[in-house]
Amino acid sequence: MHESREHLQTLTEIRSLMERSSKFLSLSGLSGVSAGLIALSGATVVYTRLRTGLFTILHADPEATYTGTNQQDTQQFLVTVAVIILVLALLAGTYFTVRKARRQGLGVWNQSSRRLLWAMAVPLATGGVFCLALLHYNLIWLAFPATLIFYGMALLNGSKYTLRDVESLAYCEIGLGLISLFWPGYNLLTWAIGFGVLHIMYGLAMYYKYERTTA
Amino acid sequence: MKNDLLAQFNKAFESKARLSIMSVLMVNDSLSFSALKELLGLTDGNLATHLRALEESGYVAVQKQFVGRKPNTTYSATQPGQQAFADHLNALEEFIRTM
Repeated sequence: MHESREHLQTLTEIRSLMERSSKFLSLSGLSGVSAGLIALSGATVVYTRLRTGLFTILHADPEATYTGTNQQDTQQFLVTVAVIILVLALLAGTYFTVRKARRQGLGVWNQSSRRLLWAMAVPLATGGVFCLALLHYNLIWLAFPATLIFYGMALLNGSKYTLRDVESLAYCEIGLGLISLFWPGYNLLTWAIGFGVLHIMYGLAMYYKYERTTA
Repeated sequence: MKNDLLAQFNKAFESKARLSIMSVLMVNDSLSFSALKELLGLTDGNLATHLRALEESGYVAVQKQFVGRKPNTTYSATQPGQQAFADHLNALEEFIRTM
């Protein structure tokens, strides 16, 4: 009986080693929560600034292109806010993930984290350039669903190298992005749900599922 | 019956360290010495000894190349090594089930 337990333990250890060596499991739920909060505050800033014109700018006739200085200003403002949100979310996300890895006594910069980053970087960079092209042609409203869709694709691709749960988040982001395509008046709303609410929900779920006991 | 099963246990995997090395090489195409060290928490000498033993039994292949001027050695599981590891795991599982 004693021998059996020993073998069983060996099997468990092998399993954990295989998972740990091929996947980056230190992704923290709090990274998701912080990214979500930052996205929500960004969306609020955009909403308060553009409240009067927002829905008419982004809504109305989706086929229409816009010109003029007002349009130029709006575009510049949106891009600036988007970049600030991205940088802040990345910083906060990295902070919590590094903290979790430290607590687990694991490295952050290893083969599995590099694979995860690369798997996500390719779709994200493609999406980034795609959105720049949309802005170039003044199709601002389309850039909102595009960021959701490409981000979802990046998550889907990256989910192979990290917690499986990321896959569900990916499907939600892609689905929301597709809905948003056909619901052009509510781009900011769907964007806030995708990057804000979904991140917070996912982050809290992950936090309670994997970290609460160890944190 | 029990002895039959025990006979299938591969001698090369008797030590836990070797079994661990094989298990991480099963899911990764190739790993460097330092990556293995970090994952398994073994000392340089200990890891080198086990790797050499696995290399001698033909279960692990060694690739030596240079990154710039620094030598970079990576390790990967060979086809026979993967087969032997799978057999060993099956034997382990069978052993536990019959207990």
